[in-house]
Amino acid sequence: MHRTGELYGQYKTLDQQKETATLGMWIFLVTEILFFGGLFLTYAINRHEFPTAFGVGGNMLSLPLGFANTIVLIASSFTMAMSVWSAQTSNKKLVPIFLILTLVLGTVFLGVKVVEYKQKFDHHLIPGHGFDITYCSKNPAACQLEGKDLADEIKEIKEGVEAEGGVVALNAHAQLYFSLYFGMTGLHALHMIVGAGLLLWLILESRKGRFDANYNTPVENIGLYWHFVDIVWIFLFPLLYLINRHLA
Amino acid sequence: MSENGHHVVSPKIYATILVALLVGTWLTVQAAKIDLGPWNIVLALLIATIKMSLVILFFMHGKYSPKRTQLVIVAGFFWLAIMLGLTMTDYKARTPEPSRTATPPAIEIQRV
Repeated sequence: MHRTGELYGQYKTLDQQKETATLGMWIFLVTEILFFGGLFLTYAINRHEFPTAFGVGGNMLSLPLGFANTIVLIASSFTMAMSVWSAQTSNKKLVPIFLILTLVLGTVFLGVKVVEYKQKFDHHLIPGHGFDITYCSKNPAACQLEGKDLADEIKEIKEGVEAEGGVVALNAHAQLYFSLYFGMTGLHALHMIVGAGLLLWLILESRKGRFDANYNTPVENIGLYWHFVDIVWIFLFPLLYLINRHLA
Repeated sequence: MSENGHHVVSPKIYATILVALLVGTWLTVQAAKIDLGPWNIVLALLIATIKMSLVILFFMHGKYSPKRTQLVIVAGFFWLAIMLGLTMTDYKARTPEPSRTATPPAIEIQRV
């Protein structure tokens, strides 16, 4: 079935038809809020229990990369909103342009995430057998640490070991942090990948000129999904990257 | 209003929100670098909540949505508040399990 702007029998007006679709999308997003909410809850309890290990873990992340990615994602939300506007005002040529920009920014975000994951892998920060939070302080050359950064790192690990009562405890609890880091950012990235697929479909359809002021429900609703994924990141960024930055 | 009665948000508003979100991101990084003790997390969450509200109200058209849709949005956060709030109060009211305070058993890890 090829949906266009025609009115289906169960609705009185096109307006009501679109409103229904948007309401349905929001109900889906509410389930997504609760889905991610469970992870945020797990994070809150564990951070409350092991504040030192979470602080040490958080400072192992790259702030410049996390900050840049936040800006990229916010920009992609803007271009997504602009593609909705283009459709609503029947600027049929602009719709795919803004959608492609959104897809490019989303892909940049995922690419930076790959670089970050690789870095964590190299630094022995993947939870499991090889996990070692002290790796970078012991092998500064492998982590490109030197001078003040290295001194800060050694000091932080030392204080972490003292606060947690041993390097084994610090490693165990820092693994909790990194499990949550990979779980939460991984689930977020999975949503981005799904979003990229949806955008690809929208781009192909919008190039046929399907979306205009009369019919733009798919652009609007995939836009809602994209903005929701942006909101999740707006919370993930301070919670994962900025826990203890004043100590670093 | 477009011909079918839906509110169209102007690019000017979208651009303003974009700038506000970027300023908010910069602000949250600066705030994290100052030691505010327990208030660091409060400030970080406050900024994130303001940013989220801007996204929902303008990018997601929450401000211009029908009352019914707005009710669903608010209800979503209401359920989230129940989940977070009640679980945290339950958690805080319990005596800690021994496993939470004891040091985990030392495991010899062979490294290559």
